[in-house]
Amino acid sequence: MATTPLLEVRNISKYFGSVIALNDVSMTVNESEVMCLLGDNGAGKSTLIKILSGVHKPSQGEYLVEGKPVDFNSPRDALDHGIATVYQDLAMIPLMSITRNFFLGSEPTKGWGPFRRFDINFASQTARSEMAKMGIDIRDPSQPVGTLSGGERQSVAIARAVYFGAKVLILDEPTAALGVKQAGVVLRYIAQARARGLGVIFITHNPHHAYAVGDRFTILKRGRTFGTFTKDELSREEMVRMMSGADELDALSHELSEFARRDAAAARIDEQLVEALEEAEELFEKEGSPLKEG
Amino acid sequence: MTSSTLPKQSDERIVQAGLLKRLLTRPELGALGGALLVWLIFAFLAGNRGFLTLQGTASYLEVSSYLGILAAAIALLMIGGEFDLSIGSMIGAAGATIAVLSSVFGVPLWLAALIALVVALLVGFINGTMVIRTKLPSFIITLGSLFILRGLTIALTRIFTGRTQIGSLDQLPGYDVLRLLFGGSIPIGGANFPISIVWWIAITALATWVLMRTRFGNWIFSAGGNADAARNVGVPVNRVKITLFMATATAAWLVATIQLTVVKSADTLRGTQQEFIAIIAAVIGGNLLTGGYGSAIGAALGALIFGMVRQGIVYAGIDADWFQVFLGAMLIVAVLVNNFIRDRAEKARR
Repeated sequence: MATTPLLEVRNISKYFGSVIALNDVSMTVNESEVMCLLGDNGAGKSTLIKILSGVHKPSQGEYLVEGKPVDFNSPRDALDHGIATVYQDLAMIPLMSITRNFFLGSEPTKGWGPFRRFDINFASQTARSEMAKMGIDIRDPSQPVGTLSGGERQSVAIARAVYFGAKVLILDEPTAALGVKQAGVVLRYIAQARARGLGVIFITHNPHHAYAVGDRFTILKRGRTFGTFTKDELSREEMVRMMSGADELDALSHELSEFARRDAAAARIDEQLVEALEEAEELFEKEGSPLKEG
Repeated sequence: MTSSTLPKQSDERIVQAGLLKRLLTRPELGALGGALLVWLIFAFLAGNRGFLTLQGTASYLEVSSYLGILAAAIALLMIGGEFDLSIGSMIGAAGATIAVLSSVFGVPLWLAALIALVVALLVGFINGTMVIRTKLPSFIITLGSLFILRGLTIALTRIFTGRTQIGSLDQLPGYDVLRLLFGGSIPIGGANFPISIVWWIAITALATWVLMRTRFGNWIFSAGGNADAARNVGVPVNRVKITLFMATATAAWLVATIQLTVVKSADTLRGTQQEFIAIIAAVIGGNLLTGGYGSAIGAALGALIFGMVRQGIVYAGIDADWFQVFLGAMLIVAVLVNNFIRDRAEKARR
């Protein structure tokens, strides 16, 4: 190996009682790289990122950060090693201001002894300028995060992680609940984080989002890994097939074409209905209510 | 909050938020309006019967001050996402502890008060730890400690003294120190303003400062707003919550000590129902029952409303039986107003 990966797991397994959530999974992330972690629901994505972010400990296997083995006891440990996780729904506290969210847990202070206090001016200015670096203009950092859109919230969380010196950014389904435009905003921040030299682990089950920004792809299915592929090795179609399994996909496409045929039939009926209604309406307008007269 | 260091960028979609809109996002606003309204009502009803005099003002401020000390601590705890129903019992327990230690065991009153403070901190610590360990709602845990504490207080006091009330505490050694700290008053224009008002203002100011300008304050908001999210970024949520329970117990101790010094006696039943009234004051002041939002100044305004109504009814010559009707109605109206304001806080500036 020429360069040491920023983050590496070797043969990680995780058991919850008799359930094998992860089985012999290996993965690496390098500097300035977006590693996409793909898989359907229940594939083990969440378990893997919980291990990476220090929430769970692996039952077996090794976890290395910059080549050194680590043993995290809490998310704080992982943060201290430069591994920041942005959770899909737990990222922000809606009723707290952008500034307070941005610096939560790492508040800047000034003053001394009992007069040590939260330096809110510095915090507000920093939050504002860090967001500006990501291309978002927040005019009032004291506004509650609840007033931001989903994509903006994600970008506050990403900006926060970058500001606090994250080397590896783990993004848990950041585009899942977003519209096309908002998802595009988040994808742009992922690309920006990579440009700044961060290693990004991007968890998604949307292959289109993954393909847009990913450099390498690790595919999980039922707790096992299918291996890691570079963009050249893997077309988007192949990726989709691997994620869901080829047979299931064939069945699905068959099902979809069946839907399409039914939809076409339904559409014809709709058209006829509309025409009939329009005719009736014209009649109604000309002659008043036929019921009353009859 | 504007920053001059950044170049001003404009966005045509943004409408400048006016002062009124900004005010509408503050949790205290409803309570401030309510306090003004209540003052006006009693200025009208009882203005010529002494409500507007300095002595009248001092009398409702004194009532407000006891409640306000409790409400400030309760507000912090509620913002942190928990309840403490045991503070009323803690008032009785702290007072009885001081009186029994001093009258039966001959401990100087000031030292007995310090020991009672340690007991209060311990009770708060146990409450907090129980809530964290059992993961039960704090409503249940502290409802339990409400009865346990009250029962222990009555039973132990009776064992040691054969009574449930202990009087003539000013005859005991060490009373001077307590009177200096907790029992004095400040004469202003012929009226006596009890020193408990100073304690109330100081504690509200301290709570506000902690909430708005310290790291710990930020942690309180986050513990009540979303404890899991807070833990994920390294906030010691458990420590925050236990500390807040210790703060409410300490507030109860302070009220107990002030009352004991002023009336020179202890009563095991003292503080009964104060927990509910303190929660009502905090809620009137804009503190959310679900945590994560609120203010200590709001709680102070809630306590002020309570004091003005309680004394105003007396000055106006209205039957005091109507007080509780008013209190309950006020609570419901306050929650409705607060929900409206919170919605504004989340949406107004979109």
